Amino acid sequence: MPFLVLSNVSKSFGPPEARTEVLRDVSLTVEKGEFVAIVGYSGAGKTTLLNMVSGLLRPDSGSVTLNDLEITGPGPDRGVVFQNYSLLPWMTVAENIALAVDQLFPNWSASKRAQHVDHHIAMVNLSHARDRRPSELSGGMRQRVSVARALAMEPQILLLDEPLGALDALTRATLQDEISRICLESGKTVLLITNDPDEGILMADRIIPLSAGPGAILGPAIAVDLARPRDRKALNHDPRFKSLRSQIVSWLLGPGGRPAVSVSRKLVLPDIEPEDLDQPRPMIGGRRAPRRRSEERRETVELPS
Amino acid sequence: MNKLRRIQWDALLMPMVGVVLSLLAWQLVSGRVVQKVQPDGTMEEVKSGLVQDLPGPIQTWEKTSKYIVEPFAKREELDQGILRFTWYSLVIVAKGYAIALLLGTPLGFLLGLSKNFSKMFDPIIQVLRPVSPLAWMPLGVVIFANSGRSANELAALFTIAVCAMWPTVLNTAVGVRAIPQDYLNIARVLKLSRTKTLFKIMIPATLPYMFTGYRLSLGIAWLVIVAVEMLTGRIGIGNFLWNEYNNGLYTSIVLCILTIGLVGFLLDRAMSLLERRFKSAI
Ligand SMILES: Nc1ncnc2c1ncn2[C@@H]1O[C@H](COP(=O)(O)OP(=O)(O)O)[C@@H](O)[C@H]1O
Ligand SMILES: [Mg+2]
Repeated sequence: MPFLVLSNVSKSFGPPEARTEVLRDVSLTVEKGEFVAIVGYSGAGKTTLLNMVSGLLRPDSGSVTLNDLEITGPGPDRGVVFQNYSLLPWMTVAENIALAVDQLFPNWSASKRAQHVDHHIAMVNLSHARDRRPSELSGGMRQRVSVARALAMEPQILLLDEPLGALDALTRATLQDEISRICLESGKTVLLITNDPDEGILMADRIIPLSAGPGAILGPAIAVDLARPRDRKALNHDPRFKSLRSQIVSWLLGPGGRPAVSVSRKLVLPDIEPEDLDQPRPMIGGRRAPRRRSEERRETVELPS
Repeated sequence: MNKLRRIQWDALLMPMVGVVLSLLAWQLVSGRVVQKVQPDGTMEEVKSGLVQDLPGPIQTWEKTSKYIVEPFAKREELDQGILRFTWYSLVIVAKGYAIALLLGTPLGFLLGLSKNFSKMFDPIIQVLRPVSPLAWMPLGVVIFANSGRSANELAALFTIAVCAMWPTVLNTAVGVRAIPQDYLNIARVLKLSRTKTLFKIMIPATLPYMFTGYRLSLGIAWLVIVAVEMLTGRIGIGNFLWNEYNNGLYTSIVLCILTIGLVGFLLDRAMSLLERRFKSAI
């Protein structure tokens, strides 16, 4: 029996006269214990999709069910790691997590709750920072707190919204491994939103591309049949990794993933091009090199759909 | 080392230079009394100077030092040390200010939380806000006229509270509207009760804005007290100033102005320190 089911979900924003459709007829099923990644353009509607699972948004049409129960609002059975950390800045790491734990497990003894908090702080390797405030933490540390808080809620499903999007590449790599490990150990069902195909391949069991909006649709699911734990150094040379990536990227860049658009971009020349000495010397005011950056060109390419 | 000396120079010496220059300018423009020998041989006192009736700094010190060197003395009801007068004023300001905060903070929250409430009452607030304390005061006196001996005090508190609460109301409302949606989403995901959401998330998130309002409100409360005391005759620094004016003792007016300014400055500093504490906590 499928665990999480989105069927024919559509969502639009804006007043009736100027409505933009963000998601069109999106269907998705996730099995229990599965790690699914949704990869898509920014602004495509990934957060919107996730928010309909978390219950923060309701679909205009279609339904979202978890365990056969319609999702009508947010709840602690779905632990969310928000795109921008969303830690409360006036609380320490421990207090942020305790806010969730105290709220969700009021029947536990105080010491059991405190232990639960500390356990999850240790799980993300932040015991040394338990009494620090978010402003004293690096981006990567904040995101780990955010993951710890979501897991401490003991949710049925973990929803990760571009959890590593704002981090530098090295921190991101470390955290990808760390979060994969933690999720795997906890056996949780995970829905990961990302704009990085590699991240999806490294972390997920199944990847579903989301086309560019407006009116984004989900592409064909791509199973990632790579053994865990996945070693990013080895994967770099793995032909299966390359083929997976090219499947995802080609769908996203292909006609399904991107409606006909014209891309307009600025072409910036190097500040000064070397002078071409073969050319004859110009008259005063002649148009010969060196060229300057002010001579930018703009070109518009119509992409075939 | 060099830099440190520079900072000390800037932070201490420059303001002092400014004070000295101001005193000099004050002395220059203020009036003097000079003895002049008349043609018939008698001596006569003649006023001179740019602003003849403005007492100069030296004259001010000579005439008012008794209020300053014994700041807490109480010789007679209307002849007390300057800080004693100030203290009376501060007490009443504290009470009125407390009322302003107790009314203003919840009102600000309501405005920030409810669009409809805000639509209903924002225009009224905008109309009441610019009304001068001098206009509120008579109304306060009328309202509390039948309250016996405390009528004066109640009228004063009414005026202070009603004038000082607006910055608190408006800043709190802005702060509530500025609470990031993410914080509220956390509350929704955790299913925090309304009270818990208010105390665990909304109030802490609004605190920096609230304190900005509190600071501005305190400044206004201190401005209002002088007007209030002039009109009600409550003993205090504003009342002292008014009496001395009526008695033609202009040096005391200058003393009062300086004291009021200094106290206002210190209050503002204190609030700004508190404010910074709360802002850095966030
Ligand atoms: N509350 C909202 N009101 C209006 N438009 C919205 C709202 N939320 C998102 N959108 C629009 O929907 C589109 C998708 O947004 P989002 O789901 O945040 O994209 P992503 O997370 O993929 O970057 C964007 O164009 C955004 O402007
Ligand atoms: Mg997003």
